[in-house]
Amino acid sequence: MAKVDAIIGWRNLAIGCAVTEPGSSRNLRTGDWRSQRPVTDREKCIKCGMCWIYCPDMAYSPLRSGYFKWDGNYCKGCGICAHECPKGAITMIMEED
Amino acid sequence: MPERVGIEVSLAASEAVCAADADVIAAYPITPQTHIVEHLSELVADGKLDAEFVPVESEHSAMSVCIGSSAAGARTFTATSSQGLALMHELLFIAPALRTPIVMTVANRALSGPISIWNDHSDIMAERDVGWIQTFAENGQEVFDLIIHAFRVAEDPEVLLPIMVNLDGFTLSHVIEPIEMLSLEEVARYLKPYKPQMVLDPRHPITMGPVGVPEVYTEARQQIESVLCKSKKVITKAWTEFAKIYGRRYKPIETYRTRGAEVLLMTMGSVSETAMTAVDAMREKGIPVGLMRFRLWRPFPLEEFRRAVKGVKVLAVMDRAISYGAQGGPVCTEVRSALFGESDPPQVFGFVAGLGGRDITTDMFKEMVAKAMGYAKKGKGPLYEMIGVRER
Repeated sequence: MAKVDAIIGWRNLAIGCAVTEPGSSRNLRTGDWRSQRPVTDREKCIKCGMCWIYCPDMAYSPLRSGYFKWDGNYCKGCGICAHECPKGAITMIMEED
Repeated sequence: MPERVGIEVSLAASEAVCAADADVIAAYPITPQTHIVEHLSELVADGKLDAEFVPVESEHSAMSVCIGSSAAGARTFTATSSQGLALMHELLFIAPALRTPIVMTVANRALSGPISIWNDHSDIMAERDVGWIQTFAENGQEVFDLIIHAFRVAEDPEVLLPIMVNLDGFTLSHVIEPIEMLSLEEVARYLKPYKPQMVLDPRHPITMGPVGVPEVYTEARQQIESVLCKSKKVITKAWTEFAKIYGRRYKPIETYRTRGAEVLLMTMGSVSETAMTAVDAMREKGIPVGLMRFRLWRPFPLEEFRRAVKGVKVLAVMDRAISYGAQGGPVCTEVRSALFGESDPPQVFGFVAGLGGRDITTDMFKEMVAKAMGYAKKGKGPLYEMIGVRER
């Protein structure tokens, strides 16, 4: 028999292919195909939060220190944060491997 | 038993939805379906039906609302026709995929172009593969009964699929017929309240309609195909139950004067009544002809079909739609494929007739039978041909 790469058998699939576990998208790492990633220079950062506001994938979250933490599990490397940063504190660098 | 009342078939369809106690109706008016939703909006406005009537801005939105309301657990109804059904196309696939048991009547009408508001089956035949259960009514009583039946089948936990009940536009939707109308109480004996298996509820969040990555899409599709095929059992059982309570008996395939018949005419919808008159006339002249019509079209009633044509020599299959560039109309090509591999199958000849509201007369049926018999005798004939098309 040919190899099957299915992750679930159709008889075990929920009715209508529904996802029954709330919030389970958190378990999926959707940023693993990124080709570039943003790096913030905290010397230049003024903690304005533009990167956090503009990020379409909510890959930034505020820290107690006022800076913003970047989460590589969800960042797709679109570069919007770097483009919007008023201080030019964010640089996009190539992902190696 | 309830009394028969003279009523326009469209209005009877609305009354059936009312008797089925639908919760949500989202629809956009289109000829010749208009009277169905118009009357439903009256019934809701007059407080006779306690439902949410959503007057949407297009059929695309109508089906979207229906999917949403059904997903939220509401008994949901809509109706459309022709271009409206075509505009719903992409959503039609989603309703069975989400297992939302929506009931929709389709007042069958030709598709453009040229623009036509009149009856044929080109609208529904373009939606054969969307995963809905599809039934065809022959007369007004059947329209009423099939709508009640549709809610029961669609909402069955073993099914949970949407159903289209087809009725011919104008020739059936706009005629006044004597119909036994069932009341809310009478229908409640047959149709229990809808108990959804999967429901959108903020207290218990789930995701309906997630992305199907290649590792799961095939399995999702297999689920729909399997449920649709298995639904035939529920469909026929629900008809048996219907007969027990209300006395009217329905089957996936209906036959008429097939005893000793060598030739069978095959039809769908209201034109079958004209075909029966034609069969009677031909029988009087000694032509061994009978009639077979599909009431159930999806899932295709393969076993019933093969049984019905056992021993028959010739099939004259009428299509009310063209499948451009194919080997016949949609019904004809499916019939041929259903006979493939059978031992001693009948010879099949296709006839496309009654497009865009052109009348189908008893003479046309006689012509089809005579031609099919002639081709069979020669052992050779066209795969299909147009009947009643003027050349010059």
